[in-house]
Amino acid sequence: MTAAGAATEPHVADLCIETTGLSKRFGQQLAVDGVDLAVPRGSVFGFLGPNGSGKTTTIRLMLGLAAASSGSVRLLGQEMPGQLREVLPRVGALVEGPAFYPFLSGAANLYRFDAADPRAPAATRKSRVHSALERVGLTHAADKKVRAYSLGMKQRLGIANALLAPRELLVLDEPTNGLDPQGTREVRSLVRSLAADGATVFVSSHLLAEVEQICTHAAIMSAGRLVAQGTLAQLRQDGQARIRVLTPDAGAAAKVLARLGLSAAVSGPAGSNGAGDVLYAPLPAGPPPAGADGAVAPEAVVAALVAAGVRVRGFATEQVSLEERFVALTGEGFDVVQ
Amino acid sequence: MLCALAAIPVLIAVAVRLSSAVPPGRGPAFLDRITQNGLFVGVTAMLVSVPLFLPLTVGVVAGDTVAGEAGLGTLRYLLVAPAGRVRLLLVKYAGAVAFAVAAPLVVALVGAAIGAALFPVGPVTLLSGDSIGADEAMLRLLLIAAYLAVSLMGLSAIGLFMSTLTDVPVGAMASTVVLAVVSQVLDALPQLEWLHPWLFSHYWLDFADLLRQPVAWDSFLTNSLLQGGYVAVFGALAYGRFITKDVLS
Ligand SMILES: Nc1ncnc2c1ncn2[C@@H]1O[C@H](COP(=O)(O)OP(=O)(O)OP(=O)(O)O)[C@@H](O)[C@H]1O
Ligand SMILES: [Mg+2]
Repeated sequence: MTAAGAATEPHVADLCIETTGLSKRFGQQLAVDGVDLAVPRGSVFGFLGPNGSGKTTTIRLMLGLAAASSGSVRLLGQEMPGQLREVLPRVGALVEGPAFYPFLSGAANLYRFDAADPRAPAATRKSRVHSALERVGLTHAADKKVRAYSLGMKQRLGIANALLAPRELLVLDEPTNGLDPQGTREVRSLVRSLAADGATVFVSSHLLAEVEQICTHAAIMSAGRLVAQGTLAQLRQDGQARIRVLTPDAGAAAKVLARLGLSAAVSGPAGSNGAGDVLYAPLPAGPPPAGADGAVAPEAVVAALVAAGVRVRGFATEQVSLEERFVALTGEGFDVVQ
Repeated sequence: MLCALAAIPVLIAVAVRLSSAVPPGRGPAFLDRITQNGLFVGVTAMLVSVPLFLPLTVGVVAGDTVAGEAGLGTLRYLLVAPAGRVRLLLVKYAGAVAFAVAAPLVVALVGAAIGAALFPVGPVTLLSGDSIGADEAMLRLLLIAAYLAVSLMGLSAIGLFMSTLTDVPVGAMASTVVLAVVSQVLDALPQLEWLHPWLFSHYWLDFADLLRQPVAWDSFLTNSLLQGGYVAVFGALAYGRFITKDVLS
């Protein structure tokens, strides 16, 4: 979170990606609007946002493929796109899906991309291509024309291209798009092993469960703006924790909760077994305010409910999931925001 | 594409061989001379390829350079490799130039070969009336191919520039070929005489000077200067465009 405070803000030198006021205008539309990203070195950073929220455009700006309308980017501590030739050999990227020469084999495509970098050592090219293909499980399809690859095979080859050399930063735009469950698992463990080797992984994704599993940090984009960023714990905390009460005495329970200063919402009967209704009430964030006699502690809520004769059949405190947080920040609407 | 180009002299030679004597003065220049000397197949083939076939193939190759990569999406991966924008542009132009050199050469060599196979080869009478041996004539043939290669440098640069303007390769190819045709049409309008020396296609057919004894280098030189000018102007335009281009494909 930008509001996380200076104390927890990583030192500037420790940032792998840093953008300040980054904006990109397409005609009338601001596709990226004043984005201040701070990606710490060594993190696995999830980059989230609905379709058309500007994730890929931000990645293009970061890699010097497109020029920013305003704002600046620092990658691995160096100015982009000014220091592009210094920086990019240390960065592996998958941008908006893979792209290849369909008439060449998978291995030949990797040779060609590797040879495009004049500083990539030609002597080790063969072994690097081979090990990249091995890492994504494409060894047996290496000599097949890319034209004959399936969607997931192309995706894997795209990831292999990002892994052609030892990288300090990997920028992966929707890496698991089109992958089978094994491929998805493989990418997950790949990302973990890259991070274990000390690389920073910046991964844009729509699979929130995925992000919750592999990422240490995340940022959420909405209509070109960065609406939240921080560690996963910080992101979840910013959404309030809440209590969940299962009881047949919904009305009485709501009154008790109101007395405790909690606003309860009945979300209807729980299942068809007649166990009662489910009530949700957000817990105020942070420690209970002084003088409020600690009434908001969950155990105190249970005690008060029981004392008032409410038949409590279920009680839980819940953290909001990343998905709920995501929807809260980016809106329920399904339509693409322009 | 080089195969298609090679088919032209073969077609000409076979057609002449199968038909009976060609009446002098009909068909493309030199056609009537083929039966006497096979080397003229090469000259005739180059002559007929100049207005459309050579510009067409060169336009396709030059128009595809950058736009083809953009269309495939591979441009972004070349740039993040990083290939370097200037370097990529230079390599792409070198590729187009290599094709522009190879194209007339293929026509000339295949023409000479098929001509030698189907017709007698002997001393050649030049436009100036002098006669030269077959070796010397072969040299002149290569000289004409070089002249055409130089003639196509300007068009290659135009194609390269067109290619940086779009992500659709067919668009860049078509506009390059259309420009080549328009230039030749303008060159044929006497009302635009003042414009003619500045058209990149103006000297395309002036290689006859290379068939005199001694060789008249004037048109070679003027043509080279003009083509150099086009390369400089459109090379600079392509550079200016590509260096700042947003790669969004
Ligand atoms: N070449 C372009 N010209 C004009 N507008 C564009 C262009 N590319 C993207 N945009 C606009 O910029 C906005 C952001 O697009 P972007 O591709 O960055 O979204 P995204 O977050 O990557 O979406 P997705 O999740 O679908 O990949 C969109 O509204 C899109 O319409
Ligand atoms: Mg995208």
